[in-house]
Amino acid sequence: MKILVGVKRVVDYNVRVRVKPDGSGVALEGVKMSINPFDEIALEEALRIRERGQASEVVAVAIGPDDVQAQLRSALAMGADRAILVKCDAAVEPRDVARTLLAVIRQEGIGLAILGKQAIDDDAGQTGQMLAALWERPQVSFASKVEIKDAVATVTREVDSGLETLEVDLPAVITSDLRLNEPRYIKLPDIMKAKKKPLAVTDLATLGVSLAPQFKVLKTEAPPQRSRGIMVKDVPELIAELKKRGVLS
Amino acid sequence: MSRVLIVADHDGAQLGAGVARCITAAGRLGGVAIHVAVLAAPAAAMAQQVAALAGVAKVLVVERAENARPLAAVLAPQVAKLAAGYDYVLGPSNTFGKDLMPRVAALLGVGQVSDLMSVEGPHTFKRPIYAGNAIITVESPVGTTLVATIRTASFAAAAVGGSAAIEAAGTDAELPTHTRFVSLSAANNDRPDLQSAPRVVSGGRALGSADNFKLIYALADRIGAAVGASRAAVDAGYVPSDMQVGQTGKIIAPALYMAIGISGAIQHLTGIKDARTIVAINKDAEAPIFEVADVGLIGDLFKVVPELTAALGG
Ligand SMILES: Cc1cc2nc3c(=O)[nH]c(=O)nc-3n(C[C@H](O)[C@H](O)[C@H](O)COP(=O)(O)OP(=O)(O)OC[C@H]3O[C@@H](n4cnc5c(N)ncnc54)[C@H](O)[C@@H]3O)c2cc1C
Ligand SMILES: Cc1cc2nc3c(=O)[nH]c(=O)nc-3n(C[C@H](O)[C@H](O)[C@H](O)COP(=O)(O)OP(=O)(O)OC[C@H]3O[C@@H](n4cnc5c(N)ncnc54)[C@H](O)[C@@H]3O)c2cc1C
Repeated sequence: MKILVGVKRVVDYNVRVRVKPDGSGVALEGVKMSINPFDEIALEEALRIRERGQASEVVAVAIGPDDVQAQLRSALAMGADRAILVKCDAAVEPRDVARTLLAVIRQEGIGLAILGKQAIDDDAGQTGQMLAALWERPQVSFASKVEIKDAVATVTREVDSGLETLEVDLPAVITSDLRLNEPRYIKLPDIMKAKKKPLAVTDLATLGVSLAPQFKVLKTEAPPQRSRGIMVKDVPELIAELKKRGVLS
Repeated sequence: MSRVLIVADHDGAQLGAGVARCITAAGRLGGVAIHVAVLAAPAAAMAQQVAALAGVAKVLVVERAENARPLAAVLAPQVAKLAAGYDYVLGPSNTFGKDLMPRVAALLGVGQVSDLMSVEGPHTFKRPIYAGNAIITVESPVGTTLVATIRTASFAAAAVGGSAAIEAAGTDAELPTHTRFVSLSAANNDRPDLQSAPRVVSGGRALGSADNFKLIYALADRIGAAVGASRAAVDAGYVPSDMQVGQTGKIIAPALYMAIGISGAIQHLTGIKDARTIVAINKDAEAPIFEVADVGLIGDLFKVVPELTAALGG
């Protein structure tokens, strides 16, 4: 079985993003970029499945501009066998990402796709579910535990009321939650090895996908800021303050 | 008049808290007929509850055994069929809606607006990106069904006081058998629901153990609050994952939020931005949580929290 992992290049989670004063977007110049943390988790899970002998190959796929090759190299250094960059300089909405990934899945004969539950830049949280729908296959979103036996995956997911376990027939789409695993660190020799691993570059036209964006971003603004409040020195003062504000009686 | 279809959230047993907030959001679209679909089994009690919410014109009930558990792969084809003729199809941005709605959108051949936080016009909406560090205004195409998840913390729940008609609805949607429910281990407790409670007390990594979290529970019980936690506390195994508050956990808007031994990482703050009053108790005067707290107290939680609980005793 081949596993596809989505790799999205995003602003590193430690960066405090700033909105441009003219409202045209967030300032991305010179900002540190990384693999979406959820995609690192997705990749780690795919590698573990392969290491258990349940998959033959892990293919990391990204859609984006040439710069994304850096993140694909990191994915190869982590242990992916191959990478595919679908070159695209334009904005790609989740539905188009899903359509593109599906084209790759069909071309590659993928048996399991693992994506992040959300990308930490746009926070859309849509791609995996849309991919599963278009592929007409099961989806398990927010996965925190994955077990595979024969052609069935038993997956535990984090839902608002607790932990839900589902059983799905493969092929399927799984999206990773934070507690699925802890991604391994990349070691220096792995970076060297990754340079020799195959990274294929293709484009949307070759895959037969044409983008169909639907939404227009009219404006980007900073959120209303909460301002620093007051400090109290002890418990009696705290209680008095909360009573004054009417939040404690 | 535009038509809105809302998908009611449930966990197989109980109606969720999201549907009432979606109704309020739908009302902001102006001059709309609001229908709510309840896909469940048994569905009667949930349908009654929805019918009693003000603003609902009609409740569509699809009761079939396959709908006993809210499996996105099973519900989505039914919702997609019901959606014919609707201008808007909405669901709550909780794990129910986040799982289901993108699948519905894809079946309808449209995109989705996630975490819709305000309605600026019939085709213009605001939503947060970058963990709430930026807000974008997006425009959706006219003449296409809009699928969206509603950021529940941004809208009040619709009041009780309606008496909508309840109608059985069926669809000829073919349902897959490739997805099967195995189990749900609900973190059953008698405390208020984190997502709708007016007061929430949260603990962080500083608690140091599951046992020490009793301090947080004791304070919460004293003031009738729900209990939340930071990711660090969840990852460390002090509390179950459904208690996580933040970008990748629950987004909440209580009247009172108390952050105890929580540093205030941006991912955590995303979850509490809409709280009315934020109280921070932290021993580090430089902790970022104090930059957003309305009331701050510098101190050792192991001393302050028991004292606070005791002082609120009588
Ligand atoms: C130059 C540029 C400008 C853009 N400008 C805008 C804009 O102004 N407004 C706007 O709404 N969008 C814009 N986009 C698109 C946006 O960045 C996202 O790619 C898109 O909205 C997907 O949303 P998401 O990543 O939040 O999806 P999610 O559904 O949250 O992503 C979940 C998972 O899907 C997979 N995935 C998502 N995207 C990719 C990808 N590209 N490659 C591989 N796997 C992926 C990953 O596994 C990810 O963890 C732009 C993109 C580019 C390249
Ligand atoms: C992709 C991604 C998503 C994330 N999503 C979330 C999310 O949804 N929710 C979330 O919470 N986090 C999230 N995080 C993690 C987040 O970045 C922080 O690591 C986390 O919130 C820290 O938790 P904490 O405040 O409990 O721990 P710490 O940052 O370690 O803070 C502990 C605090 O306790 C104080 N303290 C210590 N001892 C005492 C004492 N005796 N008395 C009083 N105060 C004391 C310290 O001064 C410190 O400020 C995410 C991270 C990533 C990368």
